[in-house]
Amino acid sequence: MLKKFDKKDEESGGGSNPFQHLEKSAVLQEARVFNETPINPRKCAHILTKILYLINQGEHLGTTEATEAFFAMTKLFQSNDPTLRRMCYLTIKEMSSIAEDVIIVTSSLTKDMTGKDDNYRGPAVRALCQITDSTMLQAIERYMKQAIVDKVPSVSSSALVSSLHLLKSSFDVVKRWVNEAQEAASSDNIMVQYHALGLLYHVRKNDRLAVNKMISKFTRHGLKSPFAYCMMIRVASKQLEEEDGSRDSPLFDFIESCLRNKHEMVVYEAASAIVNLPGCSAKELAPAVSVLQLFCSSPKAALRYAAVRTLNKVAMKHPSAVTACNLDLENLVTDSNRSIATLAITTLLKTGSESSIDRLMKQISSFMSEISDEFKVVVVQAISALCQKYPRKHAVLMNFLFTMLREEGGFEYKRAIVDCIISIIEENSESKETGLSHLCEFIEDCEFTVLATRILHLLGQEGPKTNNPSKYIRFIYNRVVLEHEEVRAGAVSALAKFGAQNEEMLPSILVLLKRCVMDDDNEVRDRATFYLNVLEQKQKALNAGYILNGLTVSIPGLERALQQYTLEPSEKPFDLKSVPLATTTIAEQRPESTPITAVKQPEKVAATRQEIFQEQLAAVPEFRGLGPLFKSSSESVALTESETEYVVRCTKHTFLNHMVFQFDCTNTLNDQILENVTVQMEPTESYDILCYVPAKSLAYNQPGTCYTLVALPEGDPTAVACTFSCMMKFTVKDCDPTTGETDDEGYEDEYVLEDLEVTLADHILRVLKPNFGAAWDEVGEEFEKEETFTLSTIKTLEEAVGNIVKFLGMQPCERSDKVPENKNAHTLFLAGVFRGGHDILVRSRLVLTDTVTMQVTARSTEELPVDIILASVG
Amino acid sequence: MEALILEPSLYTVKAILILDNDGERLFAKYYDDTYPSVKEQKAFEKNIFNKTHRTDSEIALLEGLTVVYKGSIDLYFYVIGSSYENELMLMAVLNCLFDSLSQMLRKNVEKRALLENMEGLFLAVDEIVDGGVKMSPSRSRLCLRYCSQQRNRSSGHCFGEDSITPLLPSSLPKPFVYCDAPTPPSSSLLH
Repeated sequence: MLKKFDKKDEESGGGSNPFQHLEKSAVLQEARVFNETPINPRKCAHILTKILYLINQGEHLGTTEATEAFFAMTKLFQSNDPTLRRMCYLTIKEMSSIAEDVIIVTSSLTKDMTGKDDNYRGPAVRALCQITDSTMLQAIERYMKQAIVDKVPSVSSSALVSSLHLLKSSFDVVKRWVNEAQEAASSDNIMVQYHALGLLYHVRKNDRLAVNKMISKFTRHGLKSPFAYCMMIRVASKQLEEEDGSRDSPLFDFIESCLRNKHEMVVYEAASAIVNLPGCSAKELAPAVSVLQLFCSSPKAALRYAAVRTLNKVAMKHPSAVTACNLDLENLVTDSNRSIATLAITTLLKTGSESSIDRLMKQISSFMSEISDEFKVVVVQAISALCQKYPRKHAVLMNFLFTMLREEGGFEYKRAIVDCIISIIEENSESKETGLSHLCEFIEDCEFTVLATRILHLLGQEGPKTNNPSKYIRFIYNRVVLEHEEVRAGAVSALAKFGAQNEEMLPSILVLLKRCVMDDDNEVRDRATFYLNVLEQKQKALNAGYILNGLTVSIPGLERALQQYTLEPSEKPFDLKSVPLATTTIAEQRPESTPITAVKQPEKVAATRQEIFQEQLAAVPEFRGLGPLFKSSSESVALTESETEYVVRCTKHTFLNHMVFQFDCTNTLNDQILENVTVQMEPTESYDILCYVPAKSLAYNQPGTCYTLVALPEGDPTAVACTFSCMMKFTVKDCDPTTGETDDEGYEDEYVLEDLEVTLADHILRVLKPNFGAAWDEVGEEFEKEETFTLSTIKTLEEAVGNIVKFLGMQPCERSDKVPENKNAHTLFLAGVFRGGHDILVRSRLVLTDTVTMQVTARSTEELPVDIILASVG
Repeated sequence: MEALILEPSLYTVKAILILDNDGERLFAKYYDDTYPSVKEQKAFEKNIFNKTHRTDSEIALLEGLTVVYKGSIDLYFYVIGSSYENELMLMAVLNCLFDSLSQMLRKNVEKRALLENMEGLFLAVDEIVDGGVKMSPSRSRLCLRYCSQQRNRSSGHCFGEDSITPLLPSSLPKPFVYCDAPTPPSSSLLH
């Protein structure tokens, strides 16, 4: 036999894969053997294996041929060969989605499932559930219930897991089996217990009370199965998070007790659950960190990896908690698994002292080429965090980043590096020139359009302010010559920015732009023509408005407004002010701890939020004629505690002369239905309540919305800040929580809510002016006012800046919200758009003596906003 | 912020792969839609193989997924799960798979032996993970049964050869005919 193999090897050049040259049609032809009697089990099993192998290789089977083979296969149930029978079950499962009429085997499978041979029963249950739909499920329900509580573990497990799969399609049938699942959960077999708990949780997960009961029951008696423990830890931590409750709850005690379990898997699951709990204190983390520390020296790579990865997460939020593990982490720096080594180093970079940075960087650069892109991104993130922590080290770190930038790598990795370099440039003015010149080199040979345009934009913004702007022109113009359209267009815009800010360079820029006017691409040509004409006017205000600061409207909004305009032709020219402005979201700061893995993040949620509101509001007839929505508050305010009978949150919408308060109410009582719900409001200032739009009916746990419309005060337009006292009014009808039947009679009731504040910030949109100086000149000093205030309660400049930004609700420009260290004077630049579409700019000079003195200068295109700002500050 | 708290679920395993030393697929089972088309699957397998076959470390993070793996002579075994999954749980699945096969192949875990026992492999994987849910705690008992059976019937027999020695009818258990064995509903489907 052996000799024969060797011979074959020589012939086929090493490979001896009997499945290598399988032809689909030939195999299906062979399947005719199934019809022969007597059945040859070995031959037939082998043919089934070939079919499965083909499917497994990704070969596509047509419906007809699959059905034909499937029906031939059903003949094989006549043989009693165990292997052949098991292969039949597998084939049924694999073909259930390809072949037609697979339900033909139902009776055979039901027979096997209830038969005597235990070896058949489990697999038969699983195959049967695979071919069953919700209507047929009723017919086998009785057998399923029996199988779940069967004393043979493999049968019980099979039934439980199949039920879990069936939940997706037949939730209502499967949920009737909870009593059986409950019984199985007390099983001594570890897998049965695990599967039963999983099924129970999935059936009950929307019922918090039932889940809580389940946890307390099983944690009290203890569990047999380590897998079941892992499952319960997850259920408990999910429950804890939803309650966002205190740490002295029994749930937390349970998780903590699992740290002393004898299975490593459970201990690790518990530690990782504690680490992932939001808002965990250093003290609560300590026991979790110390078990992770022990795992660091485990001989198992997976355990070391798991431990160091979790420690890395801890280090993002609580670096001090991990310092105790530094010695163990040092030992992992040379681990042969590069993933572990990288994680160890990046963790050390977060927890270690400034002095160890050089050594660690050297270490990691020795194997940078061996690790996957995912981990390279982790390294870059760690460097980025370091730069913020130790600004003095930026030279070493920058060099490291530049080396990485030159090496091979995917888009995510390169983008992380570029992001990091840009943030260093923004933080450290002394590193700006070196940073920019390295980025210039990078775009010379950059395959990623997004990065190239981004860097060109940055060059346009920062380049003109450097000592020697002309040296960047060559790099930018090279792009115009060498690259494709998108990059060329970006380069043209960057050139124009140089021209707008440096008069001595203007003639040469004009020459370059004139060449671009002949470009092949529309966009590039248009941009070049536009910029050329603007620059030739040689007016600062034009430059500022059209080149340096650009449009501030939201692009989707503009698109919609323009489409609307073309649909309804009118004499009036299109008014750009009617377009909603693009808001700068407050959460623009870089997230502190970006996930290590490339999870697809929900993008553009903030951008579309306002659009959604606009559509919802436009659907309410009472709100017609209010004009376009100017601003919606960025997050809703809670007007109740989260654990009360009724939960109400408010979102404020500002229009030109009106405000709409949107109340999202939830009724958390399952024995009541609320009808005709309104929120009555009492203003302290001269706001007028115009009308209430009630929520018709609030059923249990189904959120509803009611609105209150108010007019802004006309008499005293500067009195924009106001407090409203709020009261929810409604009709209560009792109902039966189980059947949902409602009483006809209801009674009136009220519920006092917390007060709602309207502040200046609700009337101003944050808008970023990339070039504040240009915008300042553009608005001009026609309506300029200036006043000086003393902030007696504020002791530091940072605090003052934070308060002013929050109070005015305007966007800090030129990074002036970052106060340099050890300075006692600072100037803050703020930009925004006031209700009605008037630009408003504020320059605030702060001087720190014992208290902070503030000189506020406000400019706008109208007088009113300036008055309002100064009145509000005072 | 990342979604730190996991949805508790029994669906642990996203895929099980066995590749040969050229990175070619010998076995692949994907349990969810992370890689819906064969093309994406093959690309993923190629990436995974390139990143892992030269190193002997047992765990890696690739394309945002945790991959635990093990090599044996000319075979590479992979178990893939979400990056939030308990790594030890995935490791348990991998060990279970490997132990079962090594028992079935009598410690001779290599490509040729595996190919000769493909049906055993299919059955073993089915017994270890069902639809992404871990089924058996350690090496599956099925394999023990399967293996002893194979040995009794014909030891070392190779599939794929033209001459399959027919077993003597007497050595087979008596054929058992179901009274309600399914019959095809229409002949049109068969032709």
